[in-house]
Amino acid sequence: MTDHSEVDTVTGKSTTGHEWDGIKELNTPLPRWWVIAFYLTIVWAIGYWIVYPAWPLIASNTTGLFGYSSRADVAVELANLEKIRGDKMVALGAASLADIEKDPALLALARAKGKTVFGDNCAPCHGSGGAGAKGFPNLNDDDWLWGGTLDQIMQTIQYGARSGHAKTHEGQMLAFGKDGVLKGDEIVTVANYVRSLSGLSTRKGFDAAKGEKIFAENCVACHGDGGKGNQEMGAPNLTDKIWLYGSDEASLIETISQGRAGVMPAWEGRLDPATIKAMAVYVHSLGGGK
Amino acid sequence: MNKTVNPNELKPADDNAPLYAARKKVYPQSVSGTFRRIKWGLMAFCLGVYYLLPFVRWNRGLGAPSQAVLIDLPNSRFYFFFIELWPQEVYYFTGLLIVAAVALFLMNSIGGRIWCGYLCPQTVWTDLFYAVERLVEGDRRERMRKDKSSDPIKLERIYEIVLKHSIWLLIAWWTGGAWVLYFNDAPTLVKELVTFQAPMIAYVWIGILTASTYVLAGFMREQVCTYMCPWPRIQAALTDEWALNVTYRYDRGEKRTSVKKAAELRALGQQVGDCVDCYQCVAVCPTGIDIRNGPQLECIQCGLCIDACDNVMTKIGRPKRLIGYDNDINIQRRQEGKAPIYRIVRARTIVYSAIIAAVGGIMIYTLATRSLLDVNVLHDRNPVAVKLSDGSIRNAYTVRLLNKSGYDRVIAIDVEGPVNPTMHVVGVDSVTPDRPIIVVPRDSTSELRLLVTAPAENNPEKSIPVRFHVMDIGLGVAASATDNFVTP
Ligand code: SF4
Ligand code: SF4
Repeated sequence: MTDHSEVDTVTGKSTTGHEWDGIKELNTPLPRWWVIAFYLTIVWAIGYWIVYPAWPLIASNTTGLFGYSSRADVAVELANLEKIRGDKMVALGAASLADIEKDPALLALARAKGKTVFGDNCAPCHGSGGAGAKGFPNLNDDDWLWGGTLDQIMQTIQYGARSGHAKTHEGQMLAFGKDGVLKGDEIVTVANYVRSLSGLSTRKGFDAAKGEKIFAENCVACHGDGGKGNQEMGAPNLTDKIWLYGSDEASLIETISQGRAGVMPAWEGRLDPATIKAMAVYVHSLGGGK
Repeated sequence: MNKTVNPNELKPADDNAPLYAARKKVYPQSVSGTFRRIKWGLMAFCLGVYYLLPFVRWNRGLGAPSQAVLIDLPNSRFYFFFIELWPQEVYYFTGLLIVAAVALFLMNSIGGRIWCGYLCPQTVWTDLFYAVERLVEGDRRERMRKDKSSDPIKLERIYEIVLKHSIWLLIAWWTGGAWVLYFNDAPTLVKELVTFQAPMIAYVWIGILTASTYVLAGFMREQVCTYMCPWPRIQAALTDEWALNVTYRYDRGEKRTSVKKAAELRALGQQVGDCVDCYQCVAVCPTGIDIRNGPQLECIQCGLCIDACDNVMTKIGRPKRLIGYDNDINIQRRQEGKAPIYRIVRARTIVYSAIIAAVGGIMIYTLATRSLLDVNVLHDRNPVAVKLSDGSIRNAYTVRLLNKSGYDRVIAIDVEGPVNPTMHVVGVDSVTPDRPIIVVPRDSTSELRLLVTAPAENNPEKSIPVRFHVMDIGLGVAASATDNFVTP
C-alpha cells in the first residue's frame, strides 16, 4: 500500500490522503472500545439465533434451544390474568345481587365489569350510557316495562323480551287499526284520551267519554284501570311522563294502529352467569332502578 | 507557555484553538486549606444524608409506613417526615423545583458556580473517587509516573489497580443501593436484598446506578461538567459583574518570575508580580485548567487552586489570595488603584430571594392549611340528564371522596343549587332522607355514584350550578366541589 499519509499541522494527526474541495480527511480510526462492542453485538446476535426462534423454514421456523415463543408467553399471561380475576368473579357469582350492591368492593367490580360488557353487547340498542332511543328504553330513568328491581333486571337480561327463550317475557301491543278492531276515528279519540291520562293537551272537541269507553273495552286488560300499566305483561304506564315511542298524537295513533313489540335478546348462554349478574348490578346502578 | 494574559488584551486570534481536543487525563494533586476543608465537610454532610436518610424512622401510627422519607409508588404516596403527599398534590413538587431553580440562580449571582464546586453530585462523588485513587495509587506525581511507566507490570501494580476499582465499585454499589431504599421500607429491603428476596426492579436499579456512578465518577469526571452538563452554559448567561468567581488577580500576580529573581528585583525597588509560576494551582485543579488564563468554561469554582496558591504565598512570605473569590468590577477598580467593593445585596439577589420567599411561603401556607378531606365531582356525560316518570329531572355524578387522614371518616353529603333536590348514592341506604352518609376508610378514596333529582317545574333553567358539600360528621371538617345540574 502506498503511504498517502501526511501529517495535519493543527491536530498532529495523519490524514487518509483523501481530499475534497481542499478539505482533507483526518485518519481517525474508530475507538477500540467501539470496535469491541461492535464485534460483541455480532457474537450476541449469533447466540440469539441459536437460543430463540429465528429462522423461517418452509412450513414453520426454528424453535430455538429452549422452545421459547412469545405466543406461549401470552397464553401464560392470559391464564394468570384469568386466575387473578377468577377469584373475584367467583366471589361475584356467589354473592346475591343485593349483597353486591352493599359491598363497595364488589359493587365497584360489578360496575366496572358490567360497564365493559354493556358497551360490547347492549350499547348498540341502549346507547353507550344506557340513554336509550325511540323504541329502546332509557335505562337511567325510573320507568321499567318489566320491573326495575335488581332481580327483575337480571331476569330481563337473562331471558330477554319476546326473544324466543322459553322463559322470555311475553306480551305485545296489538295492532288495533291493522287488525280492524278499531276504526280510524276511534283510534284518534282513544289516542287523545291516553294523552289526557298523563296531562297532555288534547285535540279540540274530542269526546273524552267516548275515549274512556273505548279504552275500557280494549286497553284496560293490559294497561290496567286508569292506564297505570302492568309490568307482568310489559304494558307501559300511560299516566307518567315517559314515552318509549313518543307521546305526540301521531306517534300514539301509529302505536295503536300498528301495535308494538320490541325485542330484547336473551343473554343466558351467551354470557356467563357472573357476567350477567355484574351487568344487572351495573344497569341497576345507572338509575337505581325502581 | 509563560504567556502573560490580560483578558482585556486578548484578540480574536488568541481564541483560535481547534474545536476538537483529545482528552488529557487529569491528575489533581492533593491540597489542604480552607476550601478543601469546606469541601470535605460538605461531602461528609451530603453523603451522610444520602446514605443514611432512608434509615431514619418516623412514627405515623399503625398501618402507616414508619420511614421518614419514603416514595411509596404502589400506593402513590410521598412521605417526608410529618408531610404526606397524594398524587393530587404534585404541585408541591413543582413548587420545590421552582425554589430549587431560583436558589441555584441566587447562589450563582452571589458566588458563581458554588453548586458545581461544592454540592453537585458529580463533583462530590468524583472528589470521593479521587480520594480513593490517591490513597491506593499515591498522589499526582506517583500516579503520572505509574501510568507512563513502560516497565513490565508488576504484581504490586495489579494489586493496586484491582483494589482501586474494587473500592470504587463498592462505593458505586452502595450508592445504587441507597437509592432504592427511598422506595421501600429500608431495613426490610436491606434484609431482602441480602437474601435475594427483593423484587427484580430493585436489583435492576442498583445495577444502573452502580454503573452510572462508577463510570461518571471513575472515568468521565470533569468531562461531564465540560461537555455533558448544560449548567455551565446556562450559568454563563445568569452571572453578572458582581458575582464572586474564583479569579487569578493578574494585576497583582504579573509579571511572573522565580522566587529568587523576584527577591532580587524587589530589593532593587522594582515592581514584580507575586506569582512565582510554580504551577501549583494547575496541579491541584480537578478540571486540569490554568486559572491564570482568566475565567474559563471548565472551571467548576471549587476553590482548590486558592488553597494551593495560598500555601505557596505563605511559604514565600507574600500575602494570601493571589487567587481568590473576586468579581469583574474589582479587577477593574484595582487597576485604577481604587479599593475593591463587594455587594451581595443588589437588585438581582433581592428578586431571587423574594421569589424563593414567595413560592416557599405559598407552599408552607398551603401545606399548613392542607385539607385532609377532599371531594372531586364528575358529571355523567351520557346521558347528561334523565327525565323521570313524574317529570322531574335527574343528573348522575361520579363523586370521589378523599380521606387523607389516619382515621376512618363518617361523611355526610349535601347539595346546594337546584330547588328541592333529593339525593341517592347507589348502594347506600340513606338513614337521613336526602343526605347520604358514607364511611370512607382512613388514607383512602371512595368513588360513589350519586344521583340528584329535582322537580322540573322548580328548576326551569337549562343549567344550574350545584355545589356538593361533604362534611365529616364527627369532626366538622368540610370540603366542597362544584358542577352543574342540567335539564334536558
Ligand atoms: S481553576 Fe481552580 S476553582 Fe476552577 S476548577 Fe480548577 S481548581 Fe477549581
Ligand atoms: S499557585 Fe499561585 S504562585 Fe503558583 S503558579 Fe499558581 S498563581 Fe502562581
